[in-house]
Amino acid sequence: MSAAMLNRWFGRGWLSAGYAFLYLPIVALVLYSFNDSPIPNVWRGFTLKWYVALANDNEMLSGFWLSLKIAFFTACGSVVLGTLAAFALVKYKRFTGRTLFAGMVNAPLVMPEVVVGLSLLLMLVSVQRAIGFPERGMMTIWFGHLLLGVAYATVVIQARLHDLNPQLEEAAQDLGARPHQVFWLVTLPMIAQSLASAWLLTFTLSLDDVVLSAFLSGPGATTMPLVIFSRARLGLNPSVNAVATLIVFVVAGGSVAASYLIARTERRRQQEMAAAFRTPSPDPSPHAKEESTT
Amino acid sequence: MNLASRFASVLRGRTAVIGAPYLWLLVFFLLPFLILVKYSVAEMEAVQPKDLIQFKDGLLQLTIKLSNYVFITQDELYYKTYLSSLKYAGATTFFCLLIGYPFAYFMARAKATIQPALLMLVMLPFWTSFLLRVYAWKGLLSNDGWVADLIIGAGLDQVLAALGIISTPGKLMNTPFSLVLGMTYTYLPFMILPLYGNLSKMDLRLLEAALDLGATPWTAFWTITVPLSKAGIIAGSMLVFIPCVGEFVIPELLGGPETLMTGRVMWDEFFSNNDWPLASTLAVVMILLIIVPLALFNKYQAEAQERRT
Repeated sequence: MSAAMLNRWFGRGWLSAGYAFLYLPIVALVLYSFNDSPIPNVWRGFTLKWYVALANDNEMLSGFWLSLKIAFFTACGSVVLGTLAAFALVKYKRFTGRTLFAGMVNAPLVMPEVVVGLSLLLMLVSVQRAIGFPERGMMTIWFGHLLLGVAYATVVIQARLHDLNPQLEEAAQDLGARPHQVFWLVTLPMIAQSLASAWLLTFTLSLDDVVLSAFLSGPGATTMPLVIFSRARLGLNPSVNAVATLIVFVVAGGSVAASYLIARTERRRQQEMAAAFRTPSPDPSPHAKEESTT
Repeated sequence: MNLASRFASVLRGRTAVIGAPYLWLLVFFLLPFLILVKYSVAEMEAVQPKDLIQFKDGLLQLTIKLSNYVFITQDELYYKTYLSSLKYAGATTFFCLLIGYPFAYFMARAKATIQPALLMLVMLPFWTSFLLRVYAWKGLLSNDGWVADLIIGAGLDQVLAALGIISTPGKLMNTPFSLVLGMTYTYLPFMILPLYGNLSKMDLRLLEAALDLGATPWTAFWTITVPLSKAGIIAGSMLVFIPCVGEFVIPELLGGPETLMTGRVMWDEFFSNNDWPLASTLAVVMILLIIVPLALFNKYQAEAQERRT
């Protein structure tokens, strides 16, 4: 076998092993959710009894609804604030405290969640002592998730704003559009795809968060990950496998389908734009040339 | 609309665009952090920290209590915890790089048509719950689990025991092994993605030139590919190392009593011992530990963004 062939097969082997490593736990969760055995690691035939048990599991169900609500509001809030933050960073190169601002936007991405959770809790407790508001519960969890969500949404939207062709906005301005019209009619449709991706990403992040929720939740506000976490701490639990399987198929399946649709719409839009740039004009701008070569 | 009022309205728009997220971050990120620092150095009055600066009898008093900081340097447990957190985070970064670099390399050199699919497959696990994927390892590594059977069947548990990574052969769960495996698994995509982004943009003509000039593929790899991917290596390593230092969920589910992690110790001080000032002190020290890698990461991020514009 030649060296190049060997290299290719080694590459394929490494990739396959890597993907197997990434997907093994997910496959195991799905298979064992259908296992008719109280000991989770011993296979004893197919069953749906864990799913039936799940349907009557009020703790898990109410946790699920709470998580869903928080995730929805987190995703919406993150996209709005993330768009503003991304705009501030991309469009305005100079303003007072820009370095601090950029640092604060990126920091929650890598800051240990226990630190973020503890400091937010200490602040909310201080505020609550001073003005009697907010009670720990759904809203305080939302604040925490929003902090993390804004950071992720900003990164996603910022990347898209960087790649925008500024001439399109300039053209709209030259043709007399007011700044807010430029935003709603030109910029927003062009970044819509990244807004949708950011929404999906922050939604799943919020639906999955344990640490921030544990610090910020109050009595009666137990999210689904908190329920799962407290059961997983005690040991293996077949009901958790059933929840996992549902999440894999519903949440992951839904997000993947949505991402695919978003990407397809985006591709179509880009093709239309490329076609528009190709139409002959008496004085092609340098940017149009660039666009066609890249 | 005259020019002046139009200019004013643009300025107002600018203020709102910058101001809203700025204010949000000041209130929900910076202020909580300052309160955290205050809790760690303030004298406690019942459950509330006293003001650091007080005006009493015509005197301005500044009270700072450093006993918590002194305490954690004197108690061996905390010192050991920080050290072992750094050790496990470092080991995780090493294994992520070891698995992730060749992975990203072969991804970037695969046929251009299948690269989007390969990338999608790396990101897919992100969409399924992180908590549940960590929980799954509990099953895979406990007695009779698939991976445990595989490792024990191959006799690798004897090797791990001989290296001192697990204490008794045959028991893989709740050991440093299961902890580092779980963290490597969770953070591997964070290593692969920046490396892939970097390696896929590399100018392959440089490699051709090196080969034409007589370099072996191996020399070309080490003298051209690796140095050129330095930025990706740094970004990936920081994205793995920093969150690992303060990780809580994975040590709690996969670690054991011997695997001390600072996130977990801080959690216990807060939730079990209700010692808020000590928990705050531990959190502040945790940030001091990661501040150098954090600065490195931010510098790289800023440079990457500048290059794009």
